[in-house]
Amino acid sequence: MKVFTKLSIAIAFTAVTATAVTAADMADEMTIVSWGGAYSNSQMKAYHEPYMEKTGIKIINDESSNEAVAKLRAMDEAGNVTWDLVDVVASDAIRLCDEGLAAEIDHDEVLAAAPDGTPASEDFGELIVSDCFIPQIVYSTAFGYRTDMVGDKAPTDVCAIFDTKTWPGKRSLEKRPINNMEWALLCDGVAKEDVYDVLATEEGQEQALAKLGTIKDDVIWWSAGADTPQLLADGEVVMGSTYNGRLFSVIEEQNQPVAMLWDAQVFDLDGWIVPAGLSDERKARVMDYLKFATDTQRLADQAKYISYGPARKSSAPLVGKHAELGIDMAPHMPTDPNNAKNTFLYNYEFWADYRDDIDAKFQAWLAQ
Amino acid sequence: MQKLRALLLISPLLAFILITFIAPIADMLFRSVENKIVEETLPHTVALIDSGGDIETVVPGEKVFSALYVDMFVAAEKKEHTRLGTRLNYEESGISSLFRKSGRRVDRLDVEVYREQFENIDPSWGEIATWQSLADNSDASDMLPRAMWAYNAWRDYLIADGDNPDEEELEDFIYVALYDDLIALEDASEAGDLIQRSANAVPDFETVNFKEAFIGFDKDWGAEDVWKTIRTYSPPYTEGYFLNAIDLQKEFEGYSVRPENERIYGVLFMRTLFMSLVITGCAILLGYPIAWLMSNRPMREANLLMIMVLLPFWTSLLVRTSAWKVMLQQQGVINDTLVWLNIVDEAGRLVLINNQFGTIVAMTHILLPFMVLPLYSVMRTIPETYTRAAKSLGATNWTAFWRVYFPLSVPGIGAGSILVFILSIGYYITPEIVGGTTGTFISNRIAYHISSSLNWGLAAALGTILLAVVLLLYWVYDRIVGIDNVKLGG
Repeated sequence: MKVFTKLSIAIAFTAVTATAVTAADMADEMTIVSWGGAYSNSQMKAYHEPYMEKTGIKIINDESSNEAVAKLRAMDEAGNVTWDLVDVVASDAIRLCDEGLAAEIDHDEVLAAAPDGTPASEDFGELIVSDCFIPQIVYSTAFGYRTDMVGDKAPTDVCAIFDTKTWPGKRSLEKRPINNMEWALLCDGVAKEDVYDVLATEEGQEQALAKLGTIKDDVIWWSAGADTPQLLADGEVVMGSTYNGRLFSVIEEQNQPVAMLWDAQVFDLDGWIVPAGLSDERKARVMDYLKFATDTQRLADQAKYISYGPARKSSAPLVGKHAELGIDMAPHMPTDPNNAKNTFLYNYEFWADYRDDIDAKFQAWLAQ
Repeated sequence: MQKLRALLLISPLLAFILITFIAPIADMLFRSVENKIVEETLPHTVALIDSGGDIETVVPGEKVFSALYVDMFVAAEKKEHTRLGTRLNYEESGISSLFRKSGRRVDRLDVEVYREQFENIDPSWGEIATWQSLADNSDASDMLPRAMWAYNAWRDYLIADGDNPDEEELEDFIYVALYDDLIALEDASEAGDLIQRSANAVPDFETVNFKEAFIGFDKDWGAEDVWKTIRTYSPPYTEGYFLNAIDLQKEFEGYSVRPENERIYGVLFMRTLFMSLVITGCAILLGYPIAWLMSNRPMREANLLMIMVLLPFWTSLLVRTSAWKVMLQQQGVINDTLVWLNIVDEAGRLVLINNQFGTIVAMTHILLPFMVLPLYSVMRTIPETYTRAAKSLGATNWTAFWRVYFPLSVPGIGAGSILVFILSIGYYITPEIVGGTTGTFISNRIAYHISSSLNWGLAAALGTILLAVVLLLYWVYDRIVGIDNVKLGG
């Protein structure tokens, strides 16, 4: 019995000290969730390191953005949110806001104004697609193609993906309806401005799937952003869609014979959300970080490490050269006028409504 | 007494399993029927629908819309309307944005006229003290259920925002609820003077047409489809998720089969079972000879084989799966070798991955140790003398193996098969990476609904069905093979 008492005291003591230690750590620690890989690295260099140096707060990187929505929901149900700041794409931010899992932000109050005094809400402009969302970068889903596999006819039009006669070989497309359905309709003669009206109808959805059906046997469907770069590098596919930053790294950093096909690229946004229900103390710490990490200079700095466009208008002129390669980054930005001649903007409202329905049809079509 | 002590000894383990395993699973499975969100977010609308009042047509009349206004106002303040929108959007596209839009608009709808008229009857309607005394009085609360609910909800959300309701002005929507209560009040004679006077006055009130207002927000509020969905999914428990999971759908008029271009789960369940069987079969075919060699060769060789079986087992699952990608892809090792040997030409490179074949190869490889190890541990215990005795009695090598050795090794096959089959039925990451479109399993859809579409109810229903299928197969297996015939060793 004595042993048991001693043991339980020891356990209780350990437990108490452990909580004390965590509590002390919490005071100068912050868990920031992001995507991992080159992207987290660019944030580390551009935001985290300067901030840690300036304030002494320790930033812990968690690479869970992929399942952030599900995990936040689970944390919220368990009543124990351990994340302080989460990097998500805009559509996820809208859903988190809808679910009440992300806190609403007063952009002008929390974020720094541009150097010329323009308030943050104007500097970010319409990129603030949700009250909970703080935009960070503009990225795009575009195509890359093997320059050595297309002969002397380099594709300039997105409809090249449907033209297996001129450009035989496999293509890689993302295993979800978003973007693919739009491209299919666009290449099936639907005018750009009508795409979503058509896609809202049964017939339009069938039309898009029928168009995709013409190349179904030639498609490798990807689910991770790294798939297409690998497939292109191995020569498995002649062209494929992925995030433009991934293609940049295949082309410029790995020097593969790959080139960009910017036509009909789809813009999307990525940024921060603050989980709902943080304690005042944690919230204040996050807000301080946000003010620093989303100011004009910091956003422009990030573009030194990855080819995604800063979300602030005032950052664009400050975009310089790649930190290691020393090449000009501006021409590699999806927003560069030469690249942005024909673009789509991810239609958040449409996909929030039709995602479940069209996805069911898309997956059933895939499984046939 | 002894039993009790034994129970006490295992109680920590029991508690551990209950808390960390059984309870979370039960909670997850429960989500497959739970549907309280509709009732909780729109309590008065649902109550009116359930009682059948004012809904002779599919699109209800003004009374329901008036209740909807009060419900929606509170839900929007608590930011719960969008959650409900997401929930109902699983069943009917477009409800998500309908709710989001309406939540913004109800806040701006001008209903001040109700408040003004009540204050004309008696200015005390504008005072918090009047309302608080009504809320504290249970008779009045019974008489004015909706108004009291609205008043309390208003206090709650103000407090949640960090405001003090006693210093704020009452919101207009509370008076709409009050009006609805008083109109519905049949007998006001028991009530206090204030309520009696108000009840007598309300029939002459100038009102807002909420039905028109909502249809003005979005014409979908006048659409039958939206109301059919709300009414179909208003009960607190629903079989809708389970129906969805077997390619049926619950509609206002009853059950129906999903249109052909949306049917997917039946195909996936059948495919999952079929491929798991094939993988188990392949594992037996490949694993049996290895296990036999291991148990019949000298120790040194057997150990070497054992290491070769275990080495991949210790390698990360992702690494092994990706290695298969490198091996099997069209520009991969196998195709390159075949082209080099002139067995196939450049244009005829084989498609070995992103289909069922790739999934079967990769998963057989990954699950092989689960077959080899039980087989080996059973085979080691079969005395060599048995086969020798058979041979000395005149049996050929084959007869000795087939009639003597093999039956003794069956318990090992049984154990290995159960392990491999049950592991493969829930496999997720390998089919996702190498499965393409024809090699994916039901678990890939479950994962999608958990992490992407957030339709946890449907994911839970699919998981429940999968669990039931496994238990059923286990039962069948027990009936045919007998679970006593399964050995993991010795």
